[in-house]
Amino acid sequence: MLKEENRIFHNIHGFKDLSLAGARSRGDWDGTKELIQKGREWLIEEVKNSGLRGRGGAGFSTGMKWSFMPKEVGDRPHYLVVNADEGEPGTCKDREILRHEPHKLLEGSLLAGAAMGANAAYCYVRGEFYRETEALQRAVDEARDAGLIGKNACGSGWDFEFHLHRGAGAYICGEESALIESLEGKKGQPRMKPPFPANVGLYGCPTTVNNVESIAVVPDILRRGAGWFASLGKPNNTGTKLFAISGHVETPCVVEEEMGITLRELVDKHGGGVRGGWDNLLAVIPGGSSVPVVPKSLCDTLCMDFDSCRDAQSGLGTAAVIVMDNSTDIVAGIARLSRFYMHESCGQCTPCREGTGWMSRMMERMVTGSASIEEIDLLEEITRQVEGHTICALGDAAAWPIQGLIRHFRPVMEKRINDYQATRNEQAA
Amino acid sequence: MPKLTIDGMEVEVEPGMTVLQACEAAGIEIPRFCYHERLSISGNCRMCLVEMERAPKPIASCAMPAADGMVVRTNTPTVQKARKGVMEFLLVNHPLDCPICDQGGECDLQDQAMGYGHDRSRYHENKRAVKDKYLGPLIRTVMTRCIHCTRCIRFATEIAGVPELGATGRGEHMEIGTYVEKALTSELSGNMIDLCPVGALTSAPYAFTARPWELNKTETIDALDAVGCNIRVDTRGAEVMRVLPRLNEDVNEEWISDKTRFAIDGLKFQRLDRPYVRRDGKLTEATWDEAFAAISEMMQGIGGSEVAALAGDLVCAESMMALKDLMVALGSPNLDCRQDGAKLETGCRAGYLFNTTIAGIEDADACLLIGANPRLEAPVINARLRKRWLMGGFPVGLIGPEADLTYDHRHLGNGPDVLGEIARGEGEFAKVLMDAAHPMLIAGQGALARSDGAAILAAARAIAEKTGMVAEGWNGFNVLHTAAARTGGLDLGFVPGNGGRDRDGILDGAASGAVQVVYLLGADEIDMGRLGDAFVIYQGHHGDAGAHRADVILPGAAYTEKNAAYVNTEGRVQWTRRATYPPGEAKDDWAILRALSEVLGKTLPYNTLEDLDARMGEANPAFNQPDTVEPAAWGAFGKEGAFDGAPFVSPIGNFYMTDPISRASVTMAECTAVVSGSGEGKTGTHG
Repeated sequence: MLKEENRIFHNIHGFKDLSLAGARSRGDWDGTKELIQKGREWLIEEVKNSGLRGRGGAGFSTGMKWSFMPKEVGDRPHYLVVNADEGEPGTCKDREILRHEPHKLLEGSLLAGAAMGANAAYCYVRGEFYRETEALQRAVDEARDAGLIGKNACGSGWDFEFHLHRGAGAYICGEESALIESLEGKKGQPRMKPPFPANVGLYGCPTTVNNVESIAVVPDILRRGAGWFASLGKPNNTGTKLFAISGHVETPCVVEEEMGITLRELVDKHGGGVRGGWDNLLAVIPGGSSVPVVPKSLCDTLCMDFDSCRDAQSGLGTAAVIVMDNSTDIVAGIARLSRFYMHESCGQCTPCREGTGWMSRMMERMVTGSASIEEIDLLEEITRQVEGHTICALGDAAAWPIQGLIRHFRPVMEKRINDYQATRNEQAA
Repeated sequence: MPKLTIDGMEVEVEPGMTVLQACEAAGIEIPRFCYHERLSISGNCRMCLVEMERAPKPIASCAMPAADGMVVRTNTPTVQKARKGVMEFLLVNHPLDCPICDQGGECDLQDQAMGYGHDRSRYHENKRAVKDKYLGPLIRTVMTRCIHCTRCIRFATEIAGVPELGATGRGEHMEIGTYVEKALTSELSGNMIDLCPVGALTSAPYAFTARPWELNKTETIDALDAVGCNIRVDTRGAEVMRVLPRLNEDVNEEWISDKTRFAIDGLKFQRLDRPYVRRDGKLTEATWDEAFAAISEMMQGIGGSEVAALAGDLVCAESMMALKDLMVALGSPNLDCRQDGAKLETGCRAGYLFNTTIAGIEDADACLLIGANPRLEAPVINARLRKRWLMGGFPVGLIGPEADLTYDHRHLGNGPDVLGEIARGEGEFAKVLMDAAHPMLIAGQGALARSDGAAILAAARAIAEKTGMVAEGWNGFNVLHTAAARTGGLDLGFVPGNGGRDRDGILDGAASGAVQVVYLLGADEIDMGRLGDAFVIYQGHHGDAGAHRADVILPGAAYTEKNAAYVNTEGRVQWTRRATYPPGEAKDDWAILRALSEVLGKTLPYNTLEDLDARMGEANPAFNQPDTVEPAAWGAFGKEGAFDGAPFVSPIGNFYMTDPISRASVTMAECTAVVSGSGEGKTGTHG
């Protein structure tokens, strides 16, 4: 359980003063100038040593990502892009940061910008986050008026501008290269890699795209030291993390916890427990809609960190815990996710464009049972045909939930099909 | 040079090549749909996936740069499974309407489905259907067949320079279209039909007319502009069914203009298929003997100086050679191949050629256009200019009517006065040219075919010398011709002899009666009203302006119907190959002249085409070196003089109708209607 002194987001629920003064009283913008003046090398090294892994879902080392940026700023400017296009079903952690802790994001952006040589950051905010954009804009204005960003930010000698851009509601624009395309005013479609954004990104310039939470925790890491952050959680899964608990729990919430907390503790302590008690649990999707579902048998011992979730053949993703109790029609639930991915596929590359539709249609039939047992294998095969063959990870994200379903709930699917056949035979008789 | 291992074979490739190209270099075929070597890489079809060591997932070989030490495998079960999977996905929403699809038999999807796909469908859901789009009269769409490779979008955006195509919608609902329904405005749009790997974009005029396996394919040369595009003419029986581009990196790469591709239906209409003789003011059908007799009768007692000849835009070098020899034999110095009145001379070959060569454009680093609109006069050359511009560092200046050339350019003015400034080294653009390592200029017929053309030619020459366009190994002076016949005519000296009359002299002479007989060899673009009472012999293949005025019509062969030499604007001699025979009693043009010469008692000394080609080689050694461009020696040409102040006017008003063939083409008429807007707003009750 997270000790109070290790908490990073003191106002994540927005009960305290949201203004700059309030943020300052909680420690934000403290000694930012001195941190910047320690130089790029130190900043990147410190973030690397903290073991911070990207909070957007993939869990790639943030410090490592920063170090991919060219060492010197050449004739092309460097850009920081903050990914606030939080669209993953079940996930609502960045939203809390945007509206309640915007100054952490701003300070983090400034420090990240200084670390990678970027004088400008673009924050791509999900279009639906209207009030959140307002809150962030307010914070930006406050910070600029206070000289914290802008020319000679915090008196550090580093110029830094922070721009907001609102998206138009496409899930795919949360993918970093599609986000860049969208920022450039084009159709939001992922780019081929290589070249990677650190080399050719926004407007062809070196760019790093970071999740809101990854950036927002940076000031505290730098102030309290990499060692402090690394001491929390587990090796290779360090620090604290915002968890979003939703579904069949008594008190759905967004809460900051240490990495590696057990799922049961997380759900019981913060989510008020599963509706009808832990034994009424059917399954959990531990990291947002795109990771495979984890059945109760594994949930009993599941720890909430990147490696443990991977070992359970799932993923921590965005740490959006979707709890489903025994009343859930798990097939229908996953079918709904399939429909979501069909709707959100950008249509650029073949396996995803055609595969998501095919999978979704088959899943719709699986819900009613209007299929044959062999089609479960066909469905599984199609997910394998999509997985790993696409430009971006949306194809994988569409395939994994179905794979998880078939892996853990095949008997449910078979029973559904058999029941349907039986009903049909009865009607025919 | 990166060295890779592909399927156990070591391959060394050029830096910057992709894994797919490296595989090809190793002789391994990689299936693909979206990849095209002349377009940017999109990597979206996923058909070219291969396995690479140390990569967790299969990689798209078309987009992966080849790097040293890569180990690539293209024949593993993983790769085969990936291809099979992608193939299956491509087919789930592709209609299996191959029996009624024009692409059938030459369809990438069909071929690769045979090679890499399943033998049956496992998809039992409903298929997608997409509403067809209107892209103009040339391209027929069946958008349900589209596999979203985006080649057409990339072609329009990158090569054609008209960013009018794009994708709208997401996922399965993604559609290719023009956003707002409109016809494409590119002169190169037909190439999208070739690029489309499936039957989504097909040729509208060719729709449902033939299958590829029933066509005879003839590799030949286009004659509808002066580029000399390499084409393949597909015929069935006597009919030309379609024209496709042939690969020639030096000339047209693999593009052709829409006129080259679609004007061919003009070969079926308005054809002169028998001789005619004007009797009592009316053209009446005649036999060859009667036609020749009428000419012979007229020629009795006519002196050499009273005879004149004009050659048109589509005529071959052979017929011009024969006609010139005949005129010399008749003692006439009055002949001209410049029916547009261009003030070009034959003394210095560099003075009328596109010396830089088309491929050489890519080496240039600054360009001045003088009274030329390459987009209309030679769309394929314009594509090359755009290609060069896209590489960067290629300032273009335009003196002439302002136009959308598909690349950025500075409009320096419209009139010859600007030329004088640049020739004196004044002005910003003169400095740009002087600072460039390989500057070039392109003088169009809009600047040369006017009364002060010789002075403009001299000014252009002065600019070339002043700005260092002519140097060892580089010649940046270019004349852009619009007629396929022009360079050949100039090469053969089809210009006035000593004391002879040029075009204006001939027309004035005809009007005044000093010229009694005018021989029009396919010449249709002159003012027929100025021919006065002269006896007009028209030899050609279409009943156009010249035939209407003629007293005797001798039916000839079009460029698809004869083996004949054409010299393109670079000075490249290329031979067409006969794809079909001329209709009716029409004959090969040189043979008509050979036969006529006998009737007139001036028998030409060649009995076969080979003899005639040898004669051309004597007249100009360039004809002994087909398909190559020898740098022409720099020399004196042009005549310094005063300019008249009139602005330049493009020689091409309507790109789709510039010659007797395209004027007879229904397809080109439809294009004209769309471009001019006259086709819009019509309802069912309109005429």
